[in-house]
Amino acid sequence: MRGTKFVRTRAIVAIVTAFLFVAAACGGDEESVSEAQRSTGPIKIWYSNNPEEIEWGKQVVNAWNKEHPDEEVTGQEIPAGETSEEVIAAAITAGNTPCLVFNTAPAAVPQFDRAGGLVNLAEFEDGVSYIEERSGDRAAQYGYPEGEYNQMPWKANPVMIFYNKDLFKKAGLDPENPPLATYDEFLAASQALVDKGGVQAAIWPAPSSEFFQSWFDFYPMFIAQTGSGQLVEDGQAQFNNEDGVAVAEFWRQMYEEGLAQQETYNGDAFADQKSAMATVGPWAIAVYGEDIDWGVSPVPTQDGIAPEETYTFSDEKSIGMYTSCENQGTAWEFLKYATSEENDGLFLEISGQMPMRTDIIGTYSEYFEKNPEYEVFAEQAERTVEVPMVSGSIEMWQEFRNAYSASVIFREEDIQPAFDSAAETINGLVEEGS
Amino acid sequence: MAVAARPPRRLINRIAGRHPVGVAFAAPYMIFLVVIYAYPIILAIYMSFHDYFFAAPGAHVDRPFIGLDNYITAFEDPAFRRALFNVVVFLVINVPLTVGLALVLASALNTALPFRTFFRASYYLPYVTASVALIGVWLWLFNSDGLVNAIIGEAGPDPTWLVNRFWAMPIIALFATWKQLGFYVLVYLAALQNVPQELYDAAAVDGAGKLRSFQHVTVPGVRSATTLVIILATIVGANFFTEPYLLTGGGGPNGASISPVLLMYQEGIEQNKPGYAAAIGVILAIGVVVVSLVNRFLLERD
Repeated sequence: MRGTKFVRTRAIVAIVTAFLFVAAACGGDEESVSEAQRSTGPIKIWYSNNPEEIEWGKQVVNAWNKEHPDEEVTGQEIPAGETSEEVIAAAITAGNTPCLVFNTAPAAVPQFDRAGGLVNLAEFEDGVSYIEERSGDRAAQYGYPEGEYNQMPWKANPVMIFYNKDLFKKAGLDPENPPLATYDEFLAASQALVDKGGVQAAIWPAPSSEFFQSWFDFYPMFIAQTGSGQLVEDGQAQFNNEDGVAVAEFWRQMYEEGLAQQETYNGDAFADQKSAMATVGPWAIAVYGEDIDWGVSPVPTQDGIAPEETYTFSDEKSIGMYTSCENQGTAWEFLKYATSEENDGLFLEISGQMPMRTDIIGTYSEYFEKNPEYEVFAEQAERTVEVPMVSGSIEMWQEFRNAYSASVIFREEDIQPAFDSAAETINGLVEEGS
Repeated sequence: MAVAARPPRRLINRIAGRHPVGVAFAAPYMIFLVVIYAYPIILAIYMSFHDYFFAAPGAHVDRPFIGLDNYITAFEDPAFRRALFNVVVFLVINVPLTVGLALVLASALNTALPFRTFFRASYYLPYVTASVALIGVWLWLFNSDGLVNAIIGEAGPDPTWLVNRFWAMPIIALFATWKQLGFYVLVYLAALQNVPQELYDAAAVDGAGKLRSFQHVTVPGVRSATTLVIILATIVGANFFTEPYLLTGGGGPNGASISPVLLMYQEGIEQNKPGYAAAIGVILAIGVVVVSLVNRFLLERD
């Protein structure tokens, strides 16, 4: 009887082992990189799911397909998910990414890269020259020091302070020249808006804990305050310096005095006029423009600096080429086609977002003459800073967000020790990944 | 007495038992178990001992064996310790409330109550409604300018309910209790059908009132259902995710309502540290099994 049980157990173990081997063998074979880069044929691409980008994507794909019947491009929206980054990460693991994703967040690039999901565009013969000629000096923020470009900088939404002129008037503030340049001015204006403007908060950045939320409260102001500094530079966290703490103290005061809210607003607080300001990019003009009499101002700094010297966060999205792509030759040609001067112009016209190319105002002067309200964003787009390209980028941002939530939004800790502790952890993460 | 020698058994019988056709009947479910449960569990245990991360098929990546590092990191991580504490808070509120309310409501619904069908459907409705929709309603109730604060005025806490470190977890536990209650009421209603009417009659003859009847007839009569309810409520409760994810904006305020499963999601999916997330999952699974066994031992002993 014991013998029978033993045989049965062995049989079960053998079946399970065989199953595990089969599962492991499903990893697939690896195609030669250079061969894939030369290969042409049909490809798939994903673009963002907002109506403007869908419209642009369809037009560009249709135009390409008419000219290249043998290299047909199939475009679709990024499948629904909590964030695009999660969807792309899942697709990398499953090996079913499309050739190109026109919505790759720079902060996720190191993670995708570590997973072996991204093609180094610098390996294409004209890869580096094309990227750097199109984006100018800003391109350097999107590559690795070794000269790799695992993303193509595509479009930016430089973050500025968007405000509701009617609510400013109601609060007794000058809507044409709003006093928002310094922290003191911003706090005073915010107090007036809450006291007299009838809003629940002067500004309502999301107070939730997702790693990316700091890009729309702390980080633009940190960049402005430091005159184009990044969260991490040369492997060392920078946010626990005097400038970083000044920005954090400003926001802490906003929360402490009820000028910003600790609660998540279920909806769009700016659209619902529950807040009078928002940190947004040019996409906001199309979204709010018809219903709200709006104005725009650079992000404030402690003592105020000239708008033409103010830097901000780019809120940039790149184009990523993914390693599961079999026809990378076609993908590279389509990428260049979609980011040509003509198609960048079409993108600007349809979406109002700023292509990551030099001299946007000069190149598309006709557009800005017709749409002067976008010019301020175009000027700001020349002075943008990206998230640092470091390994463990998302983990780093989450670590920072946790410290920011604890010390600024919920005031459970003091800012300096919380930031010092987060900086130490982040320095360790960066060192580990380098 | 002589014993006849047993004929040698065929290999197929030695592997598949006396009735090999039984294996064929059981095979589909066995395959289902292996593919859907056994393989992921084995993989999760493997991942938890490695510096594992998700990678593209065919990519050459290094996932070294790191022993117990992920487990040590978990117990040193304040977020995980907070998550475990939150499970305890959740279970302390959720399980007794679930058992008490479900039993009382089931007993009430088992009597000749006017609109009984309406009440049965009403209690069951939250259970079959999507959490996302219900959470929208609870947000509207407990926001700073929500209905609850509008009713109680200045008596509301500051900071308000869902961003208050003290209140966030109890509200999550109350929400989960309310949402799941309909299911447990049904379990008790089924169990009540098996309590003989004669016992109630005998209790009445002995002079027991409704309360004493409930205490001495109903409660012991549905004891096996109570065991089931407690074990199910513990397992479901220890795995709570949607509530802190949506109701308190990702485990807020400042991680006060984080749960182990939400932490697994954040670490494993958002930050691509599935090895660490798997270690949390293994610890949670072991914890739930232990608590369930203790529950069973305590509840089923005579």
